[in-house]
Amino acid sequence: MASMRDIKRRKSSIQSTQQITKAMKLVSTVKLQKAKAKAEESKPYFQTMYQTIGSILSKSGAINHPYLVKNDSNKKAVIAISANRGLAGGYNTNLVKLVTSDENLPKEDVLIYNIGSKGREIFLRKGYEIKADYSEVINQPLYKDAVDITQALLKSYRDGEIGEIYLAYTSFKNTVSHVPTLMKLLPMDQDSVKVEEEEGNSGALMNYEPEPEEALEQLIPKYVSSLIYGAFSEAVASENGARMQAMDSATSNAEEMIAGLSLMYNRARQTSITQELTEIIAGADAIN
Amino acid sequence: MADGTFLLKIINPDRIFFEGNASFVELHTSEGDVGIYPKHIPMTFIVEPGVIRIHTEEGIKEAALHAGFIEVLEDKITIMAESVEWPDEIDIARAEEAKIRAERRLSGKETGIDIAKAELALKRSLARIQLGSKR
Repeated sequence: MASMRDIKRRKSSIQSTQQITKAMKLVSTVKLQKAKAKAEESKPYFQTMYQTIGSILSKSGAINHPYLVKNDSNKKAVIAISANRGLAGGYNTNLVKLVTSDENLPKEDVLIYNIGSKGREIFLRKGYEIKADYSEVINQPLYKDAVDITQALLKSYRDGEIGEIYLAYTSFKNTVSHVPTLMKLLPMDQDSVKVEEEEGNSGALMNYEPEPEEALEQLIPKYVSSLIYGAFSEAVASENGARMQAMDSATSNAEEMIAGLSLMYNRARQTSITQELTEIIAGADAIN
Repeated sequence: MADGTFLLKIINPDRIFFEGNASFVELHTSEGDVGIYPKHIPMTFIVEPGVIRIHTEEGIKEAALHAGFIEVLEDKITIMAESVEWPDEIDIARAEEAKIRAERRLSGKETGIDIAKAELALKRSLARIQLGSKR
């Protein structure tokens, strides 16, 4: 059995770790509240945009626009949103796994537009090609950042350097449930966007000013950047939610370990007292 | 003038900027200035930077609307604004500075996309100044 001093040392080290995890949990709880409020505020924009684009596409029928038709390049751009910090359980690895395990995304064809330095580390280790890195963005996502990324992507898309654009992020369902999600942004296949908007304003024929082709030319970049921005806000909320959970379980694990060690320590103490007593009694017996 | 009101929603990426009934709304689009009354035919416009005037029961509200698009339905108008500000959120000094910068760029000899960008910046700053100086 370990000596009393060893047990004590081990216990106090676990105790100080527990204090750290507890503090981290509190911090991420506060951050989660903020990020959650932000994600909820940006949701209406995100959803309305999705519906509007859906209704435009379904009502305008067959438009032959480069954003809607696949080009020749078989390169696939993936915007992968992970975190800059670790200690968030499986948050970063799950997101990377989502991309690496997808059969439609073979390693040779994928170009990563990376956001989040933890994700980048894993992608690099696995040998993926990172085309661009915007890691600082996720600390404080602005709509402007989403616009900049969209412009860079759409330029490569129009130049034929990439043929498809995907978005990988962790969607925030609620505080305890975060689902890594992979979404196809471009080319937009009309079926994928259409589904949502059957109710409501069907029937009325939409007019465009300017013409539908030109309107789409303007709208699709806005659509892409709004989706990216929405993904940012959800990813930040998910990150903090994941960290809160991870730290919560770390704290309770530490508590369990401390309870076990306290028991061991008390036993060891009792043993040593008993032993001392036995020795004293034996000594007294010998004198008599 | 048509009777009644429509539901106007102005949404930007960070919040719902305005939601309420209005009887008339004026704004700039890529095809020119438009004013929309209720029962308009369904229409989608692209927004150009400028001042938007919302006629509500309490009076006319003005805001600087910089980019986005607008979807008009019979009784509902949705404006997806990438950037929109109330007059009291505008920083006039910054807008003046942006205007001067944009004018300088326009008078220079740069080509292509820079001019388009500078023109947009100029329009944005003008909209801000127009609104901000009224307050």
